[in-house]
Amino acid sequence: MTPEERIAELLRALPTPPRGWMEAAKELPTARRELDTIVERIERDAQFRALVQADLEEALRGEGVEPTPAVVALLRQRLAR
Amino acid sequence: MDPASDADLVARCLANEQGAWDALVDRYARYVYAIAARAYRLEPTDAEDVFQEVFARVFERLETLRDVDALRPWIAQTTRRCAVDTLRRNGRETSVEQLPDEPDEGLAELDEAMTVHAALTGLSPDCREILDRFFTRDESYRTIGAELDLPAGTIASRIARCLARLRDVLQPDPAPRAGKKADRPRVG
Repeated sequence: MTPEERIAELLRALPTPPRGWMEAAKELPTARRELDTIVERIERDAQFRALVQADLEEALRGEGVEPTPAVVALLRQRLAR
Repeated sequence: MDPASDADLVARCLANEQGAWDALVDRYARYVYAIAARAYRLEPTDAEDVFQEVFARVFERLETLRDVDALRPWIAQTTRRCAVDTLRRNGRETSVEQLPDEPDEGLAELDEAMTVHAALTGLSPDCREILDRFFTRDESYRTIGAELDLPAGTIASRIARCLARLRDVLQPDPAPRAGKKADRPRVG
């Protein structure tokens, strides 16, 4: 294998992920601000906290937030801290 | 492609600079994706969940990173943990022995690949774009020619020229001293 062939092989080893995944990850700072209100409510409202624990995605929908994988992952991270 | 060091990106992310976070995602998205989808062979929906979980963790815990130069291994370890958790949840993995074949070997190759990708910053924007389109986005000569307004017949020669330039970036010294520690990928 020539050096160029090896370089080509290594370039191919890191394909571009779907564009939507990257865009969602880049929007995490915005999502965090949007989740601030929800996190505050979870901390002070036991009934809402129970709802989130029972079905996090449905709870987000109820608050008008689309439960994308990025938003769900971020909220889980914040609640785990 | 942001040429800033990882340490600089981390510092700017911690100062809430959106552009730095975008650059960090651009830099590591392929790496995280490759570990999840290739090294651990996750299904696309699981790979997406792992991808978002990893970036959510990185975003939320960036200030806990003690050594900013260890960003890449930290992201690799986080991705591995998320991938293994996913495999366990799916019942596809109950012990280390049952993980996909030699993920460590695959990860070592991905580290080499990251070094090659980082070296792309040493090329012209035209070379970076044509190599990225052909090798990482898997675009055809026809698509590349149409997008870049180039005759399709010249694409192959341009790719070859750009690969040779990238080789020179990675191997600037044609006769390295014996015993000199190499931190470049094994491209020879």
